[in-house]
Amino acid sequence: MSSSVYIAGVGVISAIGNNVAENLASLKSEHAGMSDITMIDTIYRTQLPVAEVKLSNDELAALADLPANISRTTLLSAVAAKEALDDANIPDLNNLRTGFVSANSVGGMDKSEDFFVKFLADNSKGKLRDIFDHECGSMTELVADKLGISDFITTVSTACSSSANAIFYGARLIKNDVLDVVIAGGTDSLTKFTLNGFNTLMILDKEFCKPFDENREGLNLGEGAGYLVLVSEKVAQTLAKQPYCKLSGYNNSNDAYHQTASSPDGTGSYLAMQGALKKSGLKTTDIDYINLHGTGTPNNDSAEGTAIKRLFGPDYPLMSSTKSYTGHTLGASGGIEAVFSVLAIQNKLIYPNLRFETRMDETPFEPVKELMTKQDIKHVMSNSFGFGGNCTSLIFSAI
Amino acid sequence: MKVYIRSSACVSPQNTFNSVDFLTDIVESTGTRLKAIEPDYKEFIDPKQIRRMSHVIKMGIAAAKSCLTQADVDMPGAVITGTALGCIADTVTFLTRIVEQEEEMLPPTAFIQSTHNTVAAQIALMLKCHNYNNTFVHKGISFESALFDAIMLLNEQEADNILVGGVEEMVDASFTVLSRLGLYKRWPVSNLSLYDTPTNGTIGGEGAAFFLATSEESPDNLAQLTGLKLLYKPKSIEESIAEFLKSHELSIEDIDLIITGKNGDTKNDEIYKNLNDSFFKNKSFANYKHLCGEYATSSSFALWLASNIVKGGVVPETVKEGNFGAFSPKKVLIYNHYQGKYHSLMLISAT
Repeated sequence: MSSSVYIAGVGVISAIGNNVAENLASLKSEHAGMSDITMIDTIYRTQLPVAEVKLSNDELAALADLPANISRTTLLSAVAAKEALDDANIPDLNNLRTGFVSANSVGGMDKSEDFFVKFLADNSKGKLRDIFDHECGSMTELVADKLGISDFITTVSTACSSSANAIFYGARLIKNDVLDVVIAGGTDSLTKFTLNGFNTLMILDKEFCKPFDENREGLNLGEGAGYLVLVSEKVAQTLAKQPYCKLSGYNNSNDAYHQTASSPDGTGSYLAMQGALKKSGLKTTDIDYINLHGTGTPNNDSAEGTAIKRLFGPDYPLMSSTKSYTGHTLGASGGIEAVFSVLAIQNKLIYPNLRFETRMDETPFEPVKELMTKQDIKHVMSNSFGFGGNCTSLIFSAI
Repeated sequence: MKVYIRSSACVSPQNTFNSVDFLTDIVESTGTRLKAIEPDYKEFIDPKQIRRMSHVIKMGIAAAKSCLTQADVDMPGAVITGTALGCIADTVTFLTRIVEQEEEMLPPTAFIQSTHNTVAAQIALMLKCHNYNNTFVHKGISFESALFDAIMLLNEQEADNILVGGVEEMVDASFTVLSRLGLYKRWPVSNLSLYDTPTNGTIGGEGAAFFLATSEESPDNLAQLTGLKLLYKPKSIEESIAEFLKSHELSIEDIDLIITGKNGDTKNDEIYKNLNDSFFKNKSFANYKHLCGEYATSSSFALWLASNIVKGGVVPETVKEGNFGAFSPKKVLIYNHYQGKYHSLMLISAT
């Protein structure tokens, strides 16, 4: 039970790149992925910026070696999960117990909403092909089949903390000696459903988002997928290259305040960060960098900031929200940001929080404004907080 | 480490919720869809909120709260749910409004309540429970994934008194779509004669069953959850079952009763029939899907059933396959598969 879980591979696709190398290059060159909506048919085109993956479904399908008529969420997942597994390059994988734990928030909604237009007019209409994979589990199943994984597959959905919880669950499957290798993370594509949903909550910024800024006005939605390959200590020793780092801490706590809003003092965030620290046996001063949940909504950032103030004050680690690059990728965000956290350790980088200008009134600290290189980073905390009060923090530690 | 089920509550198309009788007063229904009997929600939920909550949220909260009351536990150590389609009523409502109102002037409530974690979140909110909270959404093993999480948490000694449940609601839109996909029978049948004429399709269902899982031994425990195994496309289900039993130092001879997920669909039931004629030969069988219908988390109904069978020592007549005399099963195996791909095994023992 006490054995460590290592990160042996990473894979990511987001608005700032179709693979790890491209994402890293954009993070370094401070290149944000937001632009006008081009992929979905909505009245909000040109009104609301989003962070789209810059590939069509046909292009993604070619990359993933899957049919182009399936959900974009599946295609994104397949691309990133494959990259992670290839990167890990685990010897003798077929003889290991391997699992795929993936997360998403709305399953095959991009296809379902097409189906629904025709279905609503006439219940006998609408292509069944478009609704067949509506369930969240379908995305995971199709990608697991593609990767040839069958020992254990499941799907987590806890809104915006979904993929952090998938990584957490995956690590525990290894610690409980159920599996040797787990590909864990999450995926979500932009949909009309979520765009309209967040719009009704009036938390979408009409400009590029400004996380943790006093004058922030909301989030930009994004899409993508991010996965880690988690391996047991035993498997880690067989790898040709050294694992990136360890997953040393994790915690899932609930804010139990409101279905969508965060509590003013950030109770859930505080408990998640505190719990993850406790699990890792680290002190607040051991954390070198926090990859913030930092969506850019007034309520979210205020709650997270307040929780950090309570837990870390007066010695604050460096911190930034990479949602200023990728937008909020919902069910994928925990996975994508876990990859970025791992890359921060590996490349000795602290990413800037783009467009930050003014410190929030309620916090005595501010996020990193410019890229910092040659940083000796030992411990990174990655925060993912979601609807339903679901708050999860992960801690990655250098080996 | 042992895992016990302290208490359980089940909202279903039968009189299973807060009922003294154990499946004696059976609801017969003719059609292809069974609807859950609604509890009196006022007992569990603030009346102001009842109106705004969807069916699945209300069923889930009622089952969860009743489960806690029975166990005399105020604050669970974790809340974990499994649901394949989640809050499908709110999802359909919001989708409908997007289309009908052409994305304009949409009220947020349906969207807010449409996320798959809403039931677990609302339970946490009502209890002011800040502990571990998770939701699994993987088709026919959504509930089993949640239960697996609960077992791991107990094993890790991270939490005790874990509230874990399976919830699923059926709405008209999903019923229509699933009918078009060929899941249900083409003609109405009585649920009580579901297995009599094997044809294609089954009957749809819904429900919510919650369990309080604990590692603490107590005479009040309902049952022991001796084992759980999730399988995806197993090469040989017979070998997998034998292996599972062996891992718990048991053989098929040790099993007193087998509850299978037979649902009246020829293709679905063939897997059980083959086993019943071979590996399971001469065992006593029970069926349950004529009571609750087929749905992705129906195995939670089966676990409620098995737990009560080993606790009370009585197998309700309605679940018996064929005639077998009165006996008190001590070890029950639940074997369910979902569309031939996902298989789950649960081993329940008397405490």
